[in-house]
Amino acid sequence: MGQFIQQLINGLTLGSVYGLIALGYTMVYGIIGMINFAHGDIYMVAAIISVTVITLLAALGISAVPLALMVTLLVVMAFTAVYGWSVERVAYRPLRTAPRLAPLISAIGMSIFLQNMVQLTQGARVKPIADMMPGQFNLFTFDGFTVFLSYTQLMIIVVTVVLLAIFTYIITRTSFGRQQRACEQDQTMTALLGVNVDRTISLTFMLGAALAAIAGVMVTIYYGVVDFAIGFVAGLKAFTAAVLGGIGSLPGAVLGGLIIGMLESFWSAYYSPEYKDVAGFALLILVLMFRPSGLLGRPEVEKV
Amino acid sequence: MLQYTDVHAHYGAIHALRGVTLDVQEGEIVTLIGANGAGKSTLMNTLFGKPRASAGSISFLGQDISRHHTHDIARSGLALVPEGRHIFARMSVLENLQMGSIFSDPAHFDADLQRIYGMFPILQQRLEQRAGTLSGGEQQMLAIGRALMSRPKVLLLDEPSLGLAPLYIKQVFNIIRELNERDGMTIMLVEQNAHHALRIAHRGYVLQHGEIVLSGTGKELLASPEVRAAYLESSAHA
Repeated sequence: MGQFIQQLINGLTLGSVYGLIALGYTMVYGIIGMINFAHGDIYMVAAIISVTVITLLAALGISAVPLALMVTLLVVMAFTAVYGWSVERVAYRPLRTAPRLAPLISAIGMSIFLQNMVQLTQGARVKPIADMMPGQFNLFTFDGFTVFLSYTQLMIIVVTVVLLAIFTYIITRTSFGRQQRACEQDQTMTALLGVNVDRTISLTFMLGAALAAIAGVMVTIYYGVVDFAIGFVAGLKAFTAAVLGGIGSLPGAVLGGLIIGMLESFWSAYYSPEYKDVAGFALLILVLMFRPSGLLGRPEVEKV
Repeated sequence: MLQYTDVHAHYGAIHALRGVTLDVQEGEIVTLIGANGAGKSTLMNTLFGKPRASAGSISFLGQDISRHHTHDIARSGLALVPEGRHIFARMSVLENLQMGSIFSDPAHFDADLQRIYGMFPILQQRLEQRAGTLSGGEQQMLAIGRALMSRPKVLLLDEPSLGLAPLYIKQVFNIIRELNERDGMTIMLVEQNAHHALRIAHRGYVLQHGEIVLSGTGKELLASPEVRAAYLESSAHA
C-alpha cells in the first residue's frame, strides 16, 4: 500500500512534466495542424540553459530558493521563447503552404540540428547540478514503508496545475485566445478581420516554448542531471500524451501526461523498468485503435 | 473612396481579372453582377490581397493599398462578408462578434453590440450558442453583424443571398438598404441575384470573363436589354 501511494506520487510528478511539454505540442497542433517534432529538443535546450543559470546564480551567492527559482524560470523562458520563435520562422513558416509532409520532415531536421548544436557547444557529458530544494514531507508510514512527497515534487505538480489553469483561461477567455482559435479554424477569415496571423502563430510557438522551458527547469531540479539527448524521448512521450488526451485539447494534454507518467511509474515498480516505454506506447496504440480522437479530443466530423 | 485602376489578377494559370477599372463613392451602394466564374469574388478578394493584383492599382481613401498586408487593409476600414459566410463555427455567436471588434475601441463595444441586436434580434437570443449550429440565414446575419462590429468605412458583401430562404433574402436586402439610407454606409455588393441587387443599388457594373462590359445606374442596368437577357429573364426572381 505504501509502495502504491509512493508510485502514485512519483507518477504524478513525472506525468506533470510530460503534461507541460504536451501542452506545447497541443497548442502548436491546434493552430497550424502540424506536429512540432522539435518541441522535445526545445525542452532539452531549456534544461541545458537552466543548468547554466542555476550554476551562475549559485556562483553569485544567490541562495534564496524562491528568488533563484524565479530568476531561473524567467531567464530560461525568455531564451527558450526566442528559440521557439526562431524555429517557426526558419523551419516552418516558409513551408506554410507546402504539403503536410514537408514541415514534418523540416521539424525532424530541426530536432537533429538542435541536439547536435547542443552536443557540439556544450559537450556530450551529463551535466549535474546540486539539489536546489532538498527536503521532503514524510506523509505517513505503512508497514515500515514511509511515503514521502519531496518539495520538488510538490512544486512540479502545483506549477503544472496552475499553468493549465492560466493557459485554459488565456485560450478560452482572452482576445488573444479568441484570435488563436480563429486562426485554427479559418486563417484567411481571421486575417480579413484585421488579425496578423503570422504574429499570432509566432506567439503561439513562443508560449509553447515557454511551457517547455518550465518543464526543462523542473526536470533539471528534480533529477539533477541533464544532457543533450533528453529531448528526444521526453518529446516522444509528451507527443504520446498529447495524442492520448486528444490533440488540440489543453486539459487532454495534461491528462494524457498524467496517465503516461503514472503508467510508467507503476510499470517500473511492479513489473520492469526496462519495458516502461513499451507500456506507454502500447497504450497509445490501443487508444488510437478504439478512440482515435483521444480521450478529450473532439471527433473530426464537423457539420459545415 | 475606393478605386480600382486597370487591375489584373491570376489564380495559377487562370487570368481571372483582365484590367478592371471601377470606383465606389462615399455613401453609395455599388453592385457588381455577372455569371458564375465571371470574376466577381476575385474582384473583391483582390482588394484584400487574396490573391494579389498582378498589375494595376487599388486605392482606398487616396492610398494605394494593393501591396499592403491583408490585416492592415482590414484595419484601414474595409470589412468583407465573404461568400459562404465563413463564420467561426466552433465559437459562440458572441465570440464571433467579438472577433469582429478586435481592433475597434473597446469603449464602443457595448453600443455596437446593442446596434447589432437591434438589427438582428435573433443573434441576441442565440448569443451563447455555437455559431455552427445556426441556420444558414442566421449565419449570414452573424457574418454581417461581425463585419459591422469593426465600424467599417466600406462594407463589402459577397453573395449575401446565396443559398438563403426567400424570407431571409428579403431581410438581407432590407438590411443593406437600411444601413445605407439610415447610417450612410458605403456598400459594395456582389450578387448573382441581379434583380434584387440592381433595385437597391445606386450604380452597378456588369462583369464578364474578368472584364467590365457595362456600367450605369441601377435603374439603367435594370432597363438595359443586354442585362435583361443575360441576368434577369433566365434567373427570374430566385
